[in-house]
Amino acid sequence: MKINEVILQSIAKLVVFIILTLALYLFFSGHNAPGGGFIAGLVLASAIILLFLAFDMETVLKGIPLDFKMIAALGVFLAVSTGVGSILFDVPFLTHTIVAYDLPLLGMIELSTVTLFEAGVALTVVGVVITIILTISEDV
Amino acid sequence: MITVSYAIFFPFIVAALIPILYKRLSKLHIGWIVMTVPALLFIYLARYIPHITNGKTVTNTVYWIPSYDLNLTTHLDGLSLIFGLIITGIGTLVVLYSIYYLSKEESLKHFYIYLLLFMGGMLGVVFVDHMMLFYLFWEVTSISSFLLIAFWYQRKGSRYGAKKALLITISGGLAMLIGFLMIHASTGTFSIREVIVNVGIFREHQLFIPAMIMILLGAFTKSAQFPFHIWLPSAMEAPTPISAYLHSATMVKAGIYLVARFSPIFGGDLVWFWLVSGIGLLTLLWGAFCAIRQTDLKALLAYSTVSQLGLIMSLFGVGSISFNQELISAALYTQAIFAGLFHLINHSTFKGALFMVVGIVDYQLGTRDIRRLGGLMSFMPISFTVALIGSFSMAGLPPFNGFLSKEMFFTAMLKISELDLFSLDTWGILFPVIAWIASVFTFVYSLIIVIKTFLGEQSESLDKPTHEAPKGMLVAPVILALFVVGIFFFPNIVGDYLIYPAMLSIFSSVFAGEHLTHTISAWHGFNTELFMTIGIVILGTVIFLLLRYFKYVYKLFPEKWSFDALFHHGLEGLERISNKITSFYMTGNLKHYLSYIYLSIVIFIGGNLVYRGAFTFNFTDDANIHLFSWFLVAVIIVAAVMLIFVKKRLPAILLNGFIGYSVSMFYVLFRAPDLALTQIVVETASTALFLLCFYFLSEWKQDKKAFPFSIKNLIISVSVGVTVVLVALSVKSEKLFETISTYYENALELAGSRNIVNTILGDFRAFDTMLEVVVLCIAGLGVYSLVKIRKRKGAENLED
Repeated sequence: MKINEVILQSIAKLVVFIILTLALYLFFSGHNAPGGGFIAGLVLASAIILLFLAFDMETVLKGIPLDFKMIAALGVFLAVSTGVGSILFDVPFLTHTIVAYDLPLLGMIELSTVTLFEAGVALTVVGVVITIILTISEDV
Repeated sequence: MITVSYAIFFPFIVAALIPILYKRLSKLHIGWIVMTVPALLFIYLARYIPHITNGKTVTNTVYWIPSYDLNLTTHLDGLSLIFGLIITGIGTLVVLYSIYYLSKEESLKHFYIYLLLFMGGMLGVVFVDHMMLFYLFWEVTSISSFLLIAFWYQRKGSRYGAKKALLITISGGLAMLIGFLMIHASTGTFSIREVIVNVGIFREHQLFIPAMIMILLGAFTKSAQFPFHIWLPSAMEAPTPISAYLHSATMVKAGIYLVARFSPIFGGDLVWFWLVSGIGLLTLLWGAFCAIRQTDLKALLAYSTVSQLGLIMSLFGVGSISFNQELISAALYTQAIFAGLFHLINHSTFKGALFMVVGIVDYQLGTRDIRRLGGLMSFMPISFTVALIGSFSMAGLPPFNGFLSKEMFFTAMLKISELDLFSLDTWGILFPVIAWIASVFTFVYSLIIVIKTFLGEQSESLDKPTHEAPKGMLVAPVILALFVVGIFFFPNIVGDYLIYPAMLSIFSSVFAGEHLTHTISAWHGFNTELFMTIGIVILGTVIFLLLRYFKYVYKLFPEKWSFDALFHHGLEGLERISNKITSFYMTGNLKHYLSYIYLSIVIFIGGNLVYRGAFTFNFTDDANIHLFSWFLVAVIIVAAVMLIFVKKRLPAILLNGFIGYSVSMFYVLFRAPDLALTQIVVETASTALFLLCFYFLSEWKQDKKAFPFSIKNLIISVSVGVTVVLVALSVKSEKLFETISTYYENALELAGSRNIVNTILGDFRAFDTMLEVVVLCIAGLGVYSLVKIRKRKGAENLED
């Protein structure tokens, strides 16, 4: 019996964007509301996992031609270098800075080095989760 | 402003860039880029010489983790400057040499990354002041040395030598770490300079001697002192530039640096004196004695390095007596440390040159076996000249720098034998005697290097035609040889500008400057030292001529009883025993592992609670339990019980996920949106992963027993459950200390964020998070390599 995946695939096409938006939202809202790098990374990874489930791996990887090991490494690099970066400004390791701007239209914008750190966390989580899943499934 | 702290990290940064540069500049030999690193650092450090000569020092602090008192404080004084200049100066020459020694077919990327790692680590060792950082950099040098020895990892000997070096130096390093912790326990500081200031209190402490012995273990293993010297000859499997750099000029001198650095703390003590000078002399004698019997040129040089390191070590031991407060003439013995520092510089020049020449011979002829070599003088005149200069300097002949430091060595040994302290009035005479005998052996093996390789008949058995090495390869050894001669004629430049400030940094707590300068001169008139040298030449020549008969002496020391064999059999036995122990409990059955984990939870946590009677239950302040919570609990219990009776894997996985989602509902109920979100997403991802692994698992075997599970498992699971519940209830019921959550309440002021959970993760406890991210990445790569490497089974078998 051939399994019909049309329903799953069409829903996935739609839902993936909702999940990705949620991931982005969670990432940026983490500063003042529930969310943050770790959760955003996991949500992002689960969006990709959904794609893997709905379509086959080759198709998805053709659409997202990324080496997820590199993404994980990039994440670690980002997280560690935000820590090291603070040393260059003669403050202790991993000291974070925050600046706030009042921009027209957008309102109050806060820029913080924590965001960079969290981006590192998110990238690592995505990279590692997808790497593990790909590795195990390629072993089939 | 570039400070010394950043200079340490310069090699590390370049090492990180090497892979990129290597790919981009594939036409260029990457060594040329690497060479700029030590060259620039050498110039940078050399600029400090005038400043340091005036007796000043440069201290610089980079704040790393101030809350743990971990700051990168670098301290540039005379002692570290000498080492810094040797590391960068010899480093430049070695890299230059390696450009010609290693062809582009070799995996140069790895070679130079390891080399730069070593260079950074070594600079760190000599510049940092904090003992923990000292240990960190110390081990960086051990590990990069391991990687470099095993550079040709296809060879069995390389892997064995690398492992041996690593095991011995790391064990010594661990002992040293224990020593540092002891110092910290008794003085309350990790800063070496602060300990020196408070040394009076530390001397009275009962941990003074244990800490000293532990630190000496670190120094002796690193500097290949007897009986730990066995790793150095095995390390000669490394490419020759590495042997010249790590295993003669720099890394093995780290132990000497350690002794010199800690001399103000331990110096003047009886135990320190006898251990450092005694082991040093023993190493000097034994290394020189063993060197004569070697047939491999590099092994010969290795033993000679062992012996020369012993010489320097013994000088530091003898000189340490000048820290003795009770001794009136203490200042006389500073000369020994002066001689030690001088010989350290000289040894780096002549031994570096010799190693490079041996590398050239090996490179040109494909062998370093002295039984097959001979008569190379007419083909390789420049190499011959350099070898001659290097060997004669090592033998202590004029007009080379080795003569000067050898004479000073004799002076120190003669002077110490006249002292009547530490029972030296009876044993003291051994010092000059051992020194003299060892120097005779040194003379013999120096002759062997020159005569057996370059003079005599050329052997027929060589396959390759012989001619001089490429010009570029000769540059580095020739420069070193020029130094060997140059230092002989102008020794006081070195003495005044390098050694004097180093003496100042060692002795600043005891003496003023005038006791620390010593004029080096080649001619002292006909004194005992000169007659000793003449005696060495005469007796050495006799032994060399009768070498065939002399070798019978070695029959007295059978191979079976050597330290090498002892190490080898000890290691094998250890591996056998630990293999037995490990295979006893590592059964490969996941169920067993889980039961170990659960049992230890019950025994250690539950047992501890019972033992201390820590169970308390207090329900007075509890809020009312909401009806919805009851409902959730009921659902979870039902799902959990169902999980036991499920017969198929798929429903089990789904039920497990169901329990996870239900738990996340609890977080929602208790107003913890962050936790709820995390739990839901983690549950989703892990269920997907479970389903994936499901494919690989075999059919769930059903027990045919009437009772569907074993009594043993039942007991374990019930006791774990009970323990966890009891712990949770006890924790809730008793408040032993003030809650820390109030600190985080003003997260907005402290970190500018309203989300406390994220502030803790990203700011307050960011260090934890950062390390977790690193661990996560390593775990992911671990899974990847475990699965992928298993697949490449056809890969070459490296196990023999």
